Amino acid sequence: MAEFLMPKLGADMTAGKLVAWRVKPGDVVSRGAIVAEVETDKGVIEVEIFSNGVIDKLLVEPGTVVPVGTPLATLREPIGAESPTERIPVPSPRVPVKDQPLAPAAPVPMNAPPRWRASPAARELARTLGIDLATVPGTGPDGAITRQDVQRATETAPPASATADRASRMRQAIAAAMTRSKREIPHYYLSTTIDLHNALTWLAQRNAARSVTERVLPGVLLLKAVALALREVPQFNALWTDGQAKPSEAIHLGVAISLRGGGLVAPAIHHTDQLSLDELMRKLTDLVNRARTGGLRSSEMADPTLTVTNLGDQGAESVFGVIYPPQVAIVGFGKIGERPWVVGGQVVPRSVLTATLSADHRVSDGHQGSLFLATVDQLLQEPDKL
Amino acid sequence: MTTDSIRQTVLRVLGTIAPEVDPATLDPSAPFRNQLDLDSIDFLNFLIALRKELGVDVPERDYSQLGSLNACVEYLAAALRASQTDVR
Repeated sequence: MAEFLMPKLGADMTAGKLVAWRVKPGDVVSRGAIVAEVETDKGVIEVEIFSNGVIDKLLVEPGTVVPVGTPLATLREPIGAESPTERIPVPSPRVPVKDQPLAPAAPVPMNAPPRWRASPAARELARTLGIDLATVPGTGPDGAITRQDVQRATETAPPASATADRASRMRQAIAAAMTRSKREIPHYYLSTTIDLHNALTWLAQRNAARSVTERVLPGVLLLKAVALALREVPQFNALWTDGQAKPSEAIHLGVAISLRGGGLVAPAIHHTDQLSLDELMRKLTDLVNRARTGGLRSSEMADPTLTVTNLGDQGAESVFGVIYPPQVAIVGFGKIGERPWVVGGQVVPRSVLTATLSADHRVSDGHQGSLFLATVDQLLQEPDKL
Repeated sequence: MTTDSIRQTVLRVLGTIAPEVDPATLDPSAPFRNQLDLDSIDFLNFLIALRKELGVDVPERDYSQLGSLNACVEYLAAALRASQTDVR
């Protein structure tokens, strides 16, 4: 028998609210399947399971807030499989967390199957409107929640207040994480201006032959360059754990995504360095869309190894980010603009942008940071190799 | 397709991307990316939706011609007229 635990979806999470089950007792689940929805200060996250098995019992009722690590369900092994008792691994706490915006409550044993289900259309509408499905009475077959039920719920529970409440809690969570970062991490900051002429010329030619659905944004080149630079200068792809930096073997770039109504999340694109530009574009678009409509997954929230923030669209010349613990660096990009630039002894107009690095001085020095930014620059001069 | 229906389509698409904004408050002659706080991915989603709704695939070199609502409607109307001429 194994247990499925409340996962830790970020360094600042100590408890989560089980919003909904996506499975019921007797369901066969496989590794990577989404089995539940959990609300954190960052919104509602789809939680994946990291083991194969059959759902035995659901231990926590939707609507309950429980601490990270609390058993949410038990699983038995599929027929014919070994059946050792084990706890299903969840992303482990990396740093002690004192802030606890969500107050945990004792888990409530469940004697009955999940009380409600919802159609995909209902879930989608609920996400769009910021409605908590646990509060919506269902009128469909077996009490399932329909799209009409969600629509009706908006008339009795104004979504604006729910959205405002969520935004307020997210702001508190960001405040806690960033305050801790500035209190505990000795930041140092570097910047460099990168000539993007080659990269943008190459990308324009590539995009010209493609439909709008297949084009790649300049930001994707920047992400890929950062990911490849981390292979060359790996000191920045690490997590500060138990008083020391532990290098991460995989490169999972976190992407800072601003949310409509305020706040931001920084979920990971896994194995960013191994993705082609087209794959990276698809994953980035999907991630941004899901971040803004609901549907981020637990694995994406739990394990970014370095975050990239890009404020170029908003017009900022440069951004010196605050490191998100337990990461040890954050890379920032400003807007791409035309500047006079010296090329071959001549002053010519060039498209340039400012790239920055905020890094943890306990882990690296400015010399390494400088090498890292120079590597990003070099990689962007040969975009066909990205 | 009339310019009015093109305008309604554009506003509907923008409404799906920035649902918190009332289209009636949009200044049709001012840049809408700023008014709606659209980033690169929002704008790409906007273009993909226009392609689906109107069949117009806007080339990257023409992005600057879609700055405001009015400019956008004008561009799309011209593109749709050109596509009809091509068919004939």
